[in-house]
Amino acid sequence: MLSLLRQIGGFTLRHLSEMGRMFLFLLSAFALAFRPPAKFRLIVHHLKTIGVDSLSVVILSGFFTGMVMGFQGYYSLRKFSAESWLGSAAALGLLRELGPVLSAFMVTGRTGSAMAAELGTMRATEQIDALYSMAIDPVKYLVSPRIIASLIAMPLLTAIFDVVGIYGAYLIGVGLLGVSSGSYFAGMENAVVFQDVYSGFLKSVSFGLIITWVCCYKGFHAPPRATGVSQATTESVVLSFVMVLVWDYFLTSIML
Amino acid sequence: MIRVTDLHKSFGGQEVLKGVNMEFVSGKITTIIGTSGCGKTVLLKHLNALLLPDKGAVFVDSVDITQLGQKELYEIRGRFGVLFQGAALLDSMTIFDNVAFPLREKTKMSETEIQKRVDERLEQVGLEGMGYKFPAELSGGMKKRAGLARALVTNPEIVLFDEPTTGLDPILATSIHQLIARTQQAFGFTGVVVSHTIPQVFDISDYVAILANGVIEEAKTAKEFLASTNPIVQQFIRGETEGPIHVL
Repeated sequence: MLSLLRQIGGFTLRHLSEMGRMFLFLLSAFALAFRPPAKFRLIVHHLKTIGVDSLSVVILSGFFTGMVMGFQGYYSLRKFSAESWLGSAAALGLLRELGPVLSAFMVTGRTGSAMAAELGTMRATEQIDALYSMAIDPVKYLVSPRIIASLIAMPLLTAIFDVVGIYGAYLIGVGLLGVSSGSYFAGMENAVVFQDVYSGFLKSVSFGLIITWVCCYKGFHAPPRATGVSQATTESVVLSFVMVLVWDYFLTSIML
Repeated sequence: MIRVTDLHKSFGGQEVLKGVNMEFVSGKITTIIGTSGCGKTVLLKHLNALLLPDKGAVFVDSVDITQLGQKELYEIRGRFGVLFQGAALLDSMTIFDNVAFPLREKTKMSETEIQKRVDERLEQVGLEGMGYKFPAELSGGMKKRAGLARALVTNPEIVLFDEPTTGLDPILATSIHQLIARTQQAFGFTGVVVSHTIPQVFDISDYVAILANGVIEEAKTAKEFLASTNPIVQQFIRGETEGPIHVL
């Protein structure tokens, strides 16, 4: 019994201290982001890797998600003879929930895992030690620009996902299932308010922060060996997914 | 002058350094030898506070760097150059950008001055005209030379060499040793070399120390070291399996 309690206590303490270290890592990355000299060139570079390079996968997934919503929405709404509400249902679902969450998942898979792997490899090959030894803070050089870039890129990617998704649902609802084009957009215009867009924007910004924070932390602190890199990559993706969903629940419950 | 006193360091309950005391003379090359895994790199990483000791102190010109805040520590590190075991070149940059990196980040030199300094260093290490290549396109020896160029580009007062010739063929190893000796004569830096390439490394060393059982067992001038009757030194130099150092 005592041994079980000791194990539970040890487990809890280990995870609490890990959470503390993660939080301090984030604070330090934020503080260093605003300390001159600013790393504009690196921010632009990471805007490309996080934003532009994720664009195709975000557009593709947004389009198919929208088309699925068109089918599912039409099927559900037809039971209540409310097919004309398809536009508002699709828009609300995408703007408030699916857009931010699925974009976050795509960026995690496309860019977050690469971030963790890159930083993990830099740790294993002593490149991070080399930065320290050149009196260059690796958190400022490697992490802060990624965080700023993700805060800019995530809402933009989410907005693109939303727009493409809405047109995907339009294609199915109006083009295939015969919903009137006018009622599709009119319903959307009536139902969607600024709060819906704002809620999606807040979610996307916070998800961007979570993804970069988790993936950079895991990569930066990867055990310096080949398996350490793969372990860091897997952990960063899984933890990002879980944290995005948990944070999504809290934000939704606050903002609904 | 760098001085370490009573340095202790453990990893996961295993004590690697058990009270190391050592002085590194300014403007000279000191080589630390010892068996693989005996803690040479760990000791080296304490000299510019890449690792902090569990107990003990590291003095750089009478300043205990283990007690410094981050800002002061970065200032001290600016006086060091480090050649890592695997060169640790930033693989997203070309060789030129790698060598120019500390100048661009830490100095206010103009791009023309940087270009001139980097070209000079690349020429000194025999890599002239190779600046456009990426680290992945270079051989092991070329990476080491590029790492050396980067370590020297800021004209550091102290240069740490972590196994500079490991994994290289004997000819290349000798050329790297000669390069270290030549650059030390040219720049007059204090060099600390971690190596087990003996006896070749004695040719470039002013002082040699052996790390065994977590402590410095012997530290002498290179000539005195070779003539030492210490059984640990003799066993290591002769590469004998029987003796006071237990390898298996």
